[in-house]
Amino acid sequence: MTDLLLTNVRLLDPASGLDQTGDLLVRDGKIADLGAGLGRPDGAETVDGGGAVLCPGLVDMRVEVGEPGGEWRETVASAAVAAAAGGITAVAALPDSRPAIDDPALVRLLRARGEETGSLTVLPYGALTRGCRGEEMAELGLLREAGAVAFTDGARAIGSARLMRLALTYARGFGAKIVQHPEEPTLAEGGAATEGELATRLGLPGIPAEAEAILIGRDIRLARLTGGAVHFAHVSTAAALGLIRMAKDEGLAVTCDTAPPYFDLNETAIGDWRTFAKLSPPLRADADRQAVAAALLDGTIDAVASDHQPRDVDDKRLPFAQAATGGAGLATLLGVTLAQVHGASLPLIRAIELLTVAPARLLGVAAGTLAKGAPADLCLFDPDRIWQVHAGSLPGRAQNTPFDGRALEGKVLGTWKAGRRVFGG
Amino acid sequence: MAPPLRHLLAIEGMYPPQIAALLDLAESFVLLNRTGKTPRDRLRGHTLINLFFEDSTRTRTSFELAGKRLGADVINMSVATSSVNKGETLLDTASTLNAMNCDLLVIRHGASGAPALLARKVDAAVINAGDGTHEHPTQALLDALTIRRRLGRLEGLTVAICGDVLHSRVARSNIHLLSAMGSRVRLVGPPTLVPPEAARLGADVFHDMAAGLAGVDVVMMLRLQQERMARSLVPSAREYFRFWGLDEAKLKYAAPHALVMHPGPMNRGVEIASSVADDPVRSVIREQVEMGVAVRMAVLDTLSQSGANG
Repeated sequence: MTDLLLTNVRLLDPASGLDQTGDLLVRDGKIADLGAGLGRPDGAETVDGGGAVLCPGLVDMRVEVGEPGGEWRETVASAAVAAAAGGITAVAALPDSRPAIDDPALVRLLRARGEETGSLTVLPYGALTRGCRGEEMAELGLLREAGAVAFTDGARAIGSARLMRLALTYARGFGAKIVQHPEEPTLAEGGAATEGELATRLGLPGIPAEAEAILIGRDIRLARLTGGAVHFAHVSTAAALGLIRMAKDEGLAVTCDTAPPYFDLNETAIGDWRTFAKLSPPLRADADRQAVAAALLDGTIDAVASDHQPRDVDDKRLPFAQAATGGAGLATLLGVTLAQVHGASLPLIRAIELLTVAPARLLGVAAGTLAKGAPADLCLFDPDRIWQVHAGSLPGRAQNTPFDGRALEGKVLGTWKAGRRVFGG
Repeated sequence: MAPPLRHLLAIEGMYPPQIAALLDLAESFVLLNRTGKTPRDRLRGHTLINLFFEDSTRTRTSFELAGKRLGADVINMSVATSSVNKGETLLDTASTLNAMNCDLLVIRHGASGAPALLARKVDAAVINAGDGTHEHPTQALLDALTIRRRLGRLEGLTVAICGDVLHSRVARSNIHLLSAMGSRVRLVGPPTLVPPEAARLGADVFHDMAAGLAGVDVVMMLRLQQERMARSLVPSAREYFRFWGLDEAKLKYAAPHALVMHPGPMNRGVEIASSVADDPVRSVIREQVEMGVAVRMAVLDTLSQSGANG
């Protein structure tokens, strides 16, 4: 492979705090050098970045890849296309597929499917319980050995306190996190929107926002009891964030992420019965949205994940209460997060940290940095270029974006995986 | 001087000289057992009742043999527990046994503390043959005798007790006995079966076999009940064997002279590989059974001398 020199870029590496104009040299798929005024080695291919930002390839810690068992909605290959267009070079894949990722062979299969794309590393979550049914604990040790990055039942909350306690205790022995969908299942059952005035007007069955804080409060106590590590996915309410903030202050092994809809949209997005905005957890009141945005800044939220959940028209073209939850998110992850930079007070380097090294550290993988010797997984983007989201013309297969029609500032110009260009150019 | 033993209910609280005296006496019975010259007049005229509320062929037979070799009259009583209120039955049984003028009462019961309750109600010397998840004192004594005969001492040894410590009466008795006699005890197993509180009993807790077995003189495996998997304390037998089952690869972490022990009955391929269990050099599992009879003879002999009916 010939050397590649990316010139005239704003090097942005949250892991080291680097933010300076310069060049980056790729050799043998790895970052060979970076800094101001690098010489051009003989025979090197040169790409002029035109002053755009060059950051590590994004690490998306919550993605449904469609495989196995949901290939008509998404495949690893089609997700890889959408990911590359979104500047994403690694995704953590949810295990509540059909079959669930509850056997070591399936962990290896998903990893291999990622390698086949050549553009996307797939980091499989292991199922916490067999079949993600919430009954018997899965073989966490064997799954971990096969490469599972953490354990979760995906979109299903672990409702049993006893099971959660055992899982936190047992996983501690392997140094593994439990990732929880934080929604008290008996309160959430049958609900379609956050309980409140809007749901009442629309006549939709509600889920109280407290369903989130109730389960998070319980699990924080179980983390304290067991010494285990719990991570809460797509946190969306002020009350829950308050509990997480206190747990972190206490020094417990408690972390969380959120997804762009929860800091960019509020419950009014479901007006006019827009089923693409039907998500799990449901979109919240604006005060909660503001609390999520503030928590990105103050560090209560550790990472931003796309929470990409591919759905097709048969899932979504239904009366609102019957429609499936979930939104496509790979292609819009960066752009919507950058809206917090442009429209609010989130520093650019913090935004990129939330999308790169922070999720990589949560997953325990060596990715998301521009370190010398690291694989050249790179994302080149123009933070100011404007584009508009159109459901129907998104890259990849899934088109169910809750951001349809949204104008975004910040566009990916190029993505490289191990030094090979997989998007743009 | 340590006070004479009235009952044998638990190792916890026993004085090291009491333990050493039992081991010394048992040692003398080992040779007599092998030559068939046991003193059959020692317990002549004494009545020993084996009162088993839980099935146990191995322990009951061992006590029966021990009693007979010392000349006692041995009676086995198996009591079904499923249909009766346990507390009431136990006290009713106590008054029945008192009426029979029993001298030595060996009891196994599924409830922790049952032998202690019985001991307050009967005149006989009570020997705990395993109560719930509390203690199994004669198992710890026979384990100690086995180790002492093989390695020459207990003091200064490091012993790893591996597996389901949480539910093990064998583990509890061994922790107390080995600690009292100057051994260092490690507990090794998944966090769901080796709780952090176990360290408060005076042992070091490990969840990884490589670290837990490093350099130890004795590897003591515990039985894993199938029920633990049904209750999600452990996901599967194959996972348990992979991480906590004793095979030749894991045994290499222990000292080259390390002994392999198991209280029986074994789950081969779950907590122990056959190649290790049947290793003629390292495994002392059959020897443990032989020591069991000698230790129980020593216990019966000692208690019959000091008991109220002695």
